[in-house]
Amino acid sequence: MKYAPEAAAEAIHIENLHKKFGELHVLKGVSLSARDGDVVAIIGGSGSGKSTLLRCINCLENPTSGLIRVNGEEIKLKADSHGHTVPADRRQIERIRSRLGMVFQSFNLWSHMTLIENVIEVPIHVLGVQRDEAVANAERLLARVGLSEKRDVYPAFLSGGQQQRGAIARALAIEPRVMLFDEPTSALDPELVGEVLKVIGDLAQEGRTMILVTHEMKFARKVATHVVYLYNGLVEEEGPPEAIFGAPRSDRLKKFLHNVH
Amino acid sequence: MSPPGWGGNLLRGLFNSVLIAAGAYSIGIMVGIAGAFGKLYGGPVLRDLLELYTTIVRAVPELVLILLLYFAGTDLINRLLEAFGYQRIDINGLVAGICVLGIVQGAYSTEVIRGAILAIPQGQIEAARAYGMSPGLLLRRITLPAMLPFAIPGLANLWLIATKDTALLAIVGFNELTQETRTAASTTKAYFTFFLVAGALYLLLTLFSNVIIARVEKWARRGMHVESH
Repeated sequence: MKYAPEAAAEAIHIENLHKKFGELHVLKGVSLSARDGDVVAIIGGSGSGKSTLLRCINCLENPTSGLIRVNGEEIKLKADSHGHTVPADRRQIERIRSRLGMVFQSFNLWSHMTLIENVIEVPIHVLGVQRDEAVANAERLLARVGLSEKRDVYPAFLSGGQQQRGAIARALAIEPRVMLFDEPTSALDPELVGEVLKVIGDLAQEGRTMILVTHEMKFARKVATHVVYLYNGLVEEEGPPEAIFGAPRSDRLKKFLHNVH
Repeated sequence: MSPPGWGGNLLRGLFNSVLIAAGAYSIGIMVGIAGAFGKLYGGPVLRDLLELYTTIVRAVPELVLILLLYFAGTDLINRLLEAFGYQRIDINGLVAGICVLGIVQGAYSTEVIRGAILAIPQGQIEAARAYGMSPGLLLRRITLPAMLPFAIPGLANLWLIATKDTALLAIVGFNELTQETRTAASTTKAYFTFFLVAGALYLLLTLFSNVIIARVEKWARRGMHVESH
């Protein structure tokens, strides 16, 4: 399942994406494609724009210019009264977001809901799934990430690793077309990283489409089908993991890999 | 006077006080939610207007505001009615009292709720957006319940203040607890007795409120790690 067949449909397509925060030019024309079943790992140093790139896919950050297609549907953008680019059609962006399972660095579970309430929230209130069905599905997902006993616990009473596994269950509950991981293990204590990577690795194994921003190079090498190295807002080098980690061409990538290993 | 005599009047006054406080508090919270969202997410004009509202209401003594809004407000409404060729109306003291105190409460609630919304970890709002929640759903399902634990202490204070601010309505002759007590005391000349009873009634109301508030706070903080007690 590691290499998607050529015929697989396009899941994410990004073309010439620019993002400026005021004077700061974070993304300077990035293009990226993922087909169904691809696991794309985005690596790069801090400030390279990798998180911003991921957050542009579901318009948590609005790109300054460029094109984004999700499952073949182009996100309609327009300029608002201040000249900022914003989604042109709120319903379109909400619909697209509701099929992208985002996992955050700091988990971001809703603190006033128990774990299972977190998992059923979006299926029931955004996707209109029946409550019984949502609960049954959530129980299955919590069992899968090893959190069945914690279903009625509030997030504040869980460890970071448990919260992140719960957040992954929340993302899976929407039956996402694509999973977006934004440095999912960076906020975890070292001894908790393994349990979260195991869950993500299993998802990659079963052929889920994923875009993964990560600092875990060994993990990226193991699960990714394609690796993108960002440097200073541009794609410096990309390719299959064997090439990127085994035979890097650019000096910057060599230096980066040397420094993180 | 036959039993319950003046005591019955005092209880009726207490009932009116609670009614005004509850009405004013409800209006205050609704104004507060709207005001907080306006201040946080509104355009520059709306933000300036709300700033003007909260600044003026919080700067002027409540007694002055009550006199101003009650007399000037009813006068203004009647003048407008006359100008458009309608009859003057008698404005119900209860409704006027609730509205006036509601406007005062709204200004304080706006600031309490604004602060509470700012205290919500931004990631939780972001997660709701990332999963396609519409602004209305996000408000109802995430922002309001998530800000509650941060707002409860401030809002609880406002409720206690509301119960006691009702006494200010005695000045405009509304028969709430303080006014009833004044009438009873001046008629019977038993000032000490009646004001002592009135004080005890206010105290009981506060103690009872505290029990309810403690329960609400416990519920609102159900997801928080640190107990408030």
